[in-house]
Amino acid sequence: MTELPRRVSGLLASSAFRLAAISAAAFVLLASGLVAIVFWQANAVLTDQVVATLSAEADALRTEGRSGRAGLLDAVAARSRPEGPGLYVLVDSTGRKLAGNLSRVPPEVLSDASGGVFRYRPITVNSSAPVPPERLAVAMQIVMPDGDRLVVGRDIEDQRRYADGVKRLVIAGFVALSLIGIGVAAMISRLVLKRIEAINSAARQVMAGDFARRVPVDGSGDELDGLAVNLNAMLERIVELMAGMREVSDNIAHDLKTPLNRLRNRVEGALRHDDAVAHKEALERTIEEADELIRTFNALLLIARLEASTIDDSATDVDLGKLVAGVVELYAPVAEEAGARLNFAPMTGPALLLRANGQLLQQAVANLVDNAIKYATLTRPGAASCDTTAGSSGVIRVALAVENGEALITVADSGPGIPAADRERALRRFVRLDASRTQPGTGLGLSLVAAVARLHGGRVVLSDTIDGTDMPETKMPETKMPGTKTPGTKMPGLTVRLALPGTLVRGAAASGAQPETATVGTVPLDADSTTDVRNANLISVAGARGVGHNARV
Amino acid sequence: MRVLVIEDDKETAQFLAKSLKESGHAVDLAGDGEAGLDMGRGALHDVLIIDRMLPRLDGLSVIKTLRSEGVRTPVLVLSALGDVDDRVKGLRAGGDDYLTKPYAYSELLARIEALARRAVPEEQQTRYVVGDLVLDRLSHRVTRGGEAIVLQPREYRLLEYLMKNAGQVVTRTMLLEHVWDYHFDPQTNVIDVHVSRLRSKIDKTFEKPLLHTVRGAGYMIRDGAV
Repeated sequence: MTELPRRVSGLLASSAFRLAAISAAAFVLLASGLVAIVFWQANAVLTDQVVATLSAEADALRTEGRSGRAGLLDAVAARSRPEGPGLYVLVDSTGRKLAGNLSRVPPEVLSDASGGVFRYRPITVNSSAPVPPERLAVAMQIVMPDGDRLVVGRDIEDQRRYADGVKRLVIAGFVALSLIGIGVAAMISRLVLKRIEAINSAARQVMAGDFARRVPVDGSGDELDGLAVNLNAMLERIVELMAGMREVSDNIAHDLKTPLNRLRNRVEGALRHDDAVAHKEALERTIEEADELIRTFNALLLIARLEASTIDDSATDVDLGKLVAGVVELYAPVAEEAGARLNFAPMTGPALLLRANGQLLQQAVANLVDNAIKYATLTRPGAASCDTTAGSSGVIRVALAVENGEALITVADSGPGIPAADRERALRRFVRLDASRTQPGTGLGLSLVAAVARLHGGRVVLSDTIDGTDMPETKMPETKMPGTKTPGTKMPGLTVRLALPGTLVRGAAASGAQPETATVGTVPLDADSTTDVRNANLISVAGARGVGHNARV
Repeated sequence: MRVLVIEDDKETAQFLAKSLKESGHAVDLAGDGEAGLDMGRGALHDVLIIDRMLPRLDGLSVIKTLRSEGVRTPVLVLSALGDVDDRVKGLRAGGDDYLTKPYAYSELLARIEALARRAVPEEQQTRYVVGDLVLDRLSHRVTRGGEAIVLQPREYRLLEYLMKNAGQVVTRTMLLEHVWDYHFDPQTNVIDVHVSRLRSKIDKTFEKPLLHTVRGAGYMIRDGAV
């Protein structure tokens, strides 16, 4: 089985195993260190005790010996029991043994006055018994005044055996602990490794191109589970971004390649003729188309950049009233020229300040108004015959309000509206609903508004506004069609709501809302309820939950 | 007018040199930031056109260095970066105007001519006169041939800007930037509508038109044909 060594080496190489193994090793070393210290201490105490006993006995016997050899002989004989723990031998100055249960004076004792450790073979009573094994003992010698030497000893074989037993036990324990430690480390690392491997294999599969693959989440809520959840969220975001990229490239392919091809065809066609006038015209058209392409490209880049940036670095306090009035003022003549009426009811009261990127917000509102003008004068395909004066029926209403602590910029037009099914799509990049394909523009207007909304933490929502509830502060024109009996043309209006959470501050200067709007003298501000606003599209830009905002509108 | 173009792309530089010469201006070219800085130091030019991305020394550093050395020559920054922030950075570094690539040559020409004029310290003019059209900046009154013309505030500012640049082409973008202070592309030709309204007030009832459309470039107010 080649699998096993591979797995074992994988286990050994894992950081989980290393961690567990290191902690087990540290534990085992510490434990054996402790045991060694205890053992050594116990041994020292026991040895001290033996030495103390020996000294005491030696002193007692030395006293016996003072009265002469006979007394000492008696004492030694009395104490020398065979196979007892006490060991004695009395020899005369020539080395002849006089009494005792040791056969001779151990040489280890002679060299050192304080005694020594030696091995001996106990004298057995029964001579026919087998020779007993050597035992360990300690002894010290006393030299008597008459030259006799007495060796007093103590058998420590039992103590040694006990110590050996403890030693063996400690070693066995050490080995057992080590084995258990390694086992536990392996188990822990296998458990962790299994989950990490699951994450790894998911990551590998994603890298290999399977973007639908996710890291398994076991719901335990521990660190690894959290990691898995976060990785999944990250993958989700990556997939989203990739889808966005793909969408962009698809759109570029379509909306940029088509005009590029057209441009190329035109140049090619012009080159076929030798006509200077045709050449000039073709070149001029080429420049126009190039400009249009650049415009599209810029809008696309801007949207892409907005989607990847944050508002913080470019935000200032923007006076919404001023901003909207400015845009309305810019577009009022355009609307008039197009045959539509652009109405704006400026807010009264203190200025409405929003922490925002003013330039982008201007552009967003401008896009909304621009769109509204384009569509307000459009007649719905099936309803064209009903409009007697196509050039004068359009109405665009712009309103700014605060509702539920949100700033609301509302742009409504009397155009054909957007069917509910298409609304989501209308906010996407490059989507131009079929009805507007023939209109000029990059088709990025609404998606840019959506991107600006997102940048400000808000959103754009399109919805029906037939009852006008989405136009606060401004009464919607009658959405029913007075006197018109063309049921086929009845369409719901549309609301585009852009909600922007952010800091909304009500400026103290009440006059702030007025100056720009004062210049809008040409804009008819009175609502004409008799106007046939049959399919009012409402585009409202709602902003900013008011953080420091407490005043009512 | 003598123009210094600091641009590393040879083709762009040659195109600018050729076009500017055709427009009657003298042109010097510098291929990198250091060479451009050396040439700009002499303050011999009326306008500097500086690309933002340059080898050896980037465009903004060139401008900053020149400004720190007291060179006041107006600078038009050319850049492929068109963000709001990039624009602000360019102007903050000491640039006087900012043009994003790709641009129309007519736009560039109009802008450098406006820059060059701005640099000439004009005495605070209180009246702009073009033919029989008079704009009084103190009383905010506009008359043509002695006849008072009533203008909306924005129309007044539009006319004021056009008359300040009388005899020079003013592009739509320049109008949008200077009269409205908007720095985005309004897609629809909103400026055309405003100008045509202004024209209907100042030119319509008079025999000789003063406000001219310069095809492919913008507008010009002047006494006489374009």
